[in-house]
Amino acid sequence: MDWTALLLSLELSLWTMLILLPIGIWSGRRLAWTPVRGKSLLEALVALPLVLPPTVLGFYLLVAMGAGSPFGRAWESLFGQQLTFSFAGLLIASVIFNLPFAIQPMQRAFEAIAPEVREAGRCCGMSPWQILLRIELPLAWPGILSALVLTFAHTLGEFGVVLMVGGSIPGETRTIAVSIYDRVQAFDNQSAGLMSAVLLGISLAAISLSYLATARLQKSQPHA
Amino acid sequence: MPDGLHLTLQQQTPIPLEARLHCAPGEVLALVGPSGSGKTTLLRSIAGLHPHGQGRIECHGVVWYDSASRLCLPTQQRRVGMVFQQFALFPHLSALDNVAAAMLDLPAGERRQHAQRWLARMHLQGLENRLPRQLSGGQQQRVAVARALAREPQILLLDEPFSAVDRATREALYYELAELREELRMPVILVTHDLDEATLLADRMCMLDHGRILQTATPDELLRAPASAAVARMLGMRNLFAGTLLGHESNCSVLRWQGQTLRIARQLHMAPGEDVMWAVPGTGVMLLSSHGTSLQPLENQVSVQVTRILALGEQLRVMLQCGSDTLTMSVPRHVAQRHALSEGQPLQVRLRGELIHVMPAAHTQG
Repeated sequence: MDWTALLLSLELSLWTMLILLPIGIWSGRRLAWTPVRGKSLLEALVALPLVLPPTVLGFYLLVAMGAGSPFGRAWESLFGQQLTFSFAGLLIASVIFNLPFAIQPMQRAFEAIAPEVREAGRCCGMSPWQILLRIELPLAWPGILSALVLTFAHTLGEFGVVLMVGGSIPGETRTIAVSIYDRVQAFDNQSAGLMSAVLLGISLAAISLSYLATARLQKSQPHA
Repeated sequence: MPDGLHLTLQQQTPIPLEARLHCAPGEVLALVGPSGSGKTTLLRSIAGLHPHGQGRIECHGVVWYDSASRLCLPTQQRRVGMVFQQFALFPHLSALDNVAAAMLDLPAGERRQHAQRWLARMHLQGLENRLPRQLSGGQQQRVAVARALAREPQILLLDEPFSAVDRATREALYYELAELREELRMPVILVTHDLDEATLLADRMCMLDHGRILQTATPDELLRAPASAAVARMLGMRNLFAGTLLGHESNCSVLRWQGQTLRIARQLHMAPGEDVMWAVPGTGVMLLSSHGTSLQPLENQVSVQVTRILALGEQLRVMLQCGSDTLTMSVPRHVAQRHALSEGQPLQVRLRGELIHVMPAAHTQG
């Protein structure tokens, strides 16, 4: 059992979730309510990681973050460390390939809030922040929660993109999914089986928790 | 200091709007018109929920919007109390918290006390902890009114507030609103497409069509003297016809209609020879009894033929053909029986000239 890989995977999942929380709320609200030009194209771009083979996405990310790219060079001159094959690079890739998992459920949740309810907030004298915190987030919470759980579980299990962008450096980029692959390659089926079972357990627990919480929230809230 | 609401607005897009109105404190002004007439847009403009065009909105001397000086207060700073068509209660908050949400500037304890008082005032004691979905339509509407008033607004805006409740609840709510308005010293603007509702609740009615105000007047004035055929049609006046004003005499004006000459109350604002539209309420058409009562000076005898009789409870609506026009007359059932009214029957009726109102012909309007 590769505990380092498991911890790394959990760390990556948590950070991805935390970073995508504000990004998802912001983009979900905008896509739900603001008339944006080229909205369909934007939505298609957000959804792209769902249909693209992970190796293709991984390849482009590798090129975009590599030492040959302007972004990769800027990163290296700022932090003195290359982005590819590092935890930071893995995190950026993880945030990008999880965009649809975070944004889409949140967008649906915000779309379900009637515009008059937000307008009523304005007529009650609430500031935009008060409307967000007191009206929108409590109403969109089930959607936000399922977005977070999906992101978490998906990051935990992602294999293709991780391997392409991060490789398999122990303690830095070797996630549990990659470690399982390595173990199978080394004919260590016992470790691979144990780690697979742990991953299965964690994923199942996360998804069940989210369904449970959503059902409870929906019971106390009429909408959605 | 100018009191109440003063509004002048003009815009071409997205919905054409041309409006000028005033609503005094304590007055209920109804914006009436068919859907798409711009009444809700106007209401939302007052609340700052709709982008404005050219113009100015001022409430109790405070300028909320002025296109000339590019001033536009956000909704939050306008102190409006708004009741939405579907009430727009916060679905995750109890009735009490819904009302308290309108007073976030007060400390939490005080907020709840005030909210409790408002709910009690709207006869909602005991329902404080219910969620909106656990309340009936009428109760939800009262929570919405309590929430709108809890902020101590400078103006109360009601957007078709009675359309989402059943008839019986609506009648009860009319009385409550009528009661409440006695105490409120603020302008109240009511958007509705229901004429009965407007005539019952409003001090003045503002008739809107295609974003333009056609006429603003008290319900009585409107029904007695609509400014144009369009207003008369919106008011549901059935007896609306084209004619020619022949001239004025010392005690009356003379109108020609379907080859007949009608003597009507003097209408000096119209020039002799002018093509006009004229209207008469159903009460202005009466059966002429067979044993020849003498006609009053402004009564006109007209020969007609009964084409249809519709029974509406105790009253019958009788359609009478006169030339190419159809007059409508309302007759109590027992009177119709006494005269043995039947379809196809020729009949003599009286048109009461003092109730005939003359308006410019449709094509002369702007």
